[in-house]
Amino acid sequence: MGSAEPVIALRGITKVYGQGEAEVRALDGVSLTIHPGEFVAIMGASGSGKSTMMNIIGALDVATAGTYELDGINIEQLNDDALSVVRNRKIGFIFQSFNLIPRTSALANVELPLAYRGINRADRRRRAEIALTAVGLAGRASHQPNELSGGQQQRVAIARALVTNPSLILADEPTGNLDSSSTAEVLHLLDETHRRGNTIVLITHEDEVAARASRIIQLIDGRIHSDELVRA
Amino acid sequence: MILRESFGQGLTGVRQNKLRSSLTVLGILIGVAAVIVLLAVGNGSSQAVANSIEKLGTNSVSILHGTFRTPGSSTSGSLQKDLTVADAEALMDSTNAPSVKSASPVKQARSVACTYAGTTHSTSITGTWPSYFEASNSKVTNGNYFTNDDVINGARVIVIGQSVAEQVYGTVDPIGTTLKCSGTPFTVVGVLEKKGGSGFQDPDDVAIAPLTTVQRQLTGYGSLDSITAQAVSADASDAAQSEISTILDARHGTSATNRDYQVLNQASLLTTTSDSNQVFTVLLGAVAAISLLVGGIGITNIMLVSVTERTREIGIRKAIGANRFTILSQFLIEATLLSVIGGVSGVVVALVVSKFQIAGVQPIVMPLSVVGAFVVSVAIGLFFGSYPANRAAQLRPIEALRHE
Repeated sequence: MGSAEPVIALRGITKVYGQGEAEVRALDGVSLTIHPGEFVAIMGASGSGKSTMMNIIGALDVATAGTYELDGINIEQLNDDALSVVRNRKIGFIFQSFNLIPRTSALANVELPLAYRGINRADRRRRAEIALTAVGLAGRASHQPNELSGGQQQRVAIARALVTNPSLILADEPTGNLDSSSTAEVLHLLDETHRRGNTIVLITHEDEVAARASRIIQLIDGRIHSDELVRA
Repeated sequence: MILRESFGQGLTGVRQNKLRSSLTVLGILIGVAAVIVLLAVGNGSSQAVANSIEKLGTNSVSILHGTFRTPGSSTSGSLQKDLTVADAEALMDSTNAPSVKSASPVKQARSVACTYAGTTHSTSITGTWPSYFEASNSKVTNGNYFTNDDVINGARVIVIGQSVAEQVYGTVDPIGTTLKCSGTPFTVVGVLEKKGGSGFQDPDDVAIAPLTTVQRQLTGYGSLDSITAQAVSADASDAAQSEISTILDARHGTSATNRDYQVLNQASLLTTTSDSNQVFTVLLGAVAAISLLVGGIGITNIMLVSVTERTREIGIRKAIGANRFTILSQFLIEATLLSVIGGVSGVVVALVVSKFQIAGVQPIVMPLSVVGAFVVSVAIGLFFGSYPANRAAQLRPIEALRHE
């Protein structure tokens, strides 16, 4: 495992919100390396710095101090537009609240990251159809988000995350808003994705969700409390 | 590629809020239509005035007998000299008056009852020379003009205006008939082309006969009423006016302060009226431009609402790879679409409305105002849309995602 270049290399990441009295250290010197093909669950209670971790790993926010390399790219030196490009090419997001574009068909939602990448209409339609088929929603391509169940919406979101073939799948409480059967479906899809060799970082506070991962990292008060391999 | 994508997203944005979009479009529509229609009304009214002045002949310079005396300028004991045929002849002097092409003495016989086959019509008869026809822009469409020989011989011939022909003759061809005016029989030799006209005086209710005949039969040999001179061109009419004044001052022993005649220049009258009309047009245009501006503010308002409402959507787009330019262009295109739809429908509405008379004026649409209003409406979309679009583009993805 150690031979390949790491997907994520965090060194001394610190994130501070506010100033003076109101200063909050959401992350306090976190160092972490994640290699290709790993399925990592980041766990912690609310306020432990999970969300901040997710924002920084997802290149949605930059750290106050420390360095972050994603696939060999130094994130903290990039401007907003360059960060957009990195998110588009390297990361597939799966959010707790699905975050599909409203009043837009499932197919168009899956196509969108490819459109922002500048891929032509025919190609991206073909790729989006394949991705939707992979999550079992080929028959719902023309449905809008409000015509789909929560589980279906999250599967569309997974298709959208996978369609760009990213280096990293970043899932933030992906089952937080789902019932148990939908949860099972989504976790099964994540398992499959992992088995195909994708790198997954999953942020959750639920043990049964984290149990799917091969490595579990516990965050407490902005520091890594434990980091253990579950399955080899 | 990205732009085409943004165009699709912008179009979707417009369609998703139909009522809101159409109200915003209505604001721009009213503004654009108002600009075009009001400018067309202003243009139409100045055209109408210009046309009626042109009917009198733009090259013509009128010399009227007598003057309005202003208090203080009264010249004690000065005799008011007659305007004579000799004066008219003196104006046709190629060395002293090179700008004057012709000068025709005019003697009017007013309210003359003319009768043919029991039908009587009262009109005014102008006694003059043949050169008057050209100077006053009076063309004969049926029959002939009278000639210089007719003037020398005092021939009893007459050219009548359209209104006289209709009133007296109806459908009968007047040419060759004998028209009795105040008991004098005149042979009708020609009918003038219809001038048509606005205003209270019908320019077609006239009759024109040789000066000598009118003087002998109807008016007697007093002072002329006026002399109608013709400048060599419209541009030369100012020069002609001053040459005429110089010659007549010398002949009448007068100066600028005590003239016993007045010189009126149609060309300068035309400029004065068109100047005042231009002010009117500009005012109308300014009022309309304000409504267009208000429509533009409507776009800013509605786009700000749209951006706020879709903050989360913007966050999602940014998270999955939209850069600032993409978001900016999406919202700019949405704003511009609103204004372009408003602009195009405003142009259509304006063109339809301009077919009808407004306040008695037939609007004449200026092509430039159509192009201008359209371009301005697009510019308004870009300008008033840029602030909300920029706000959307500047949103930070984590904050946008946290929204709601």
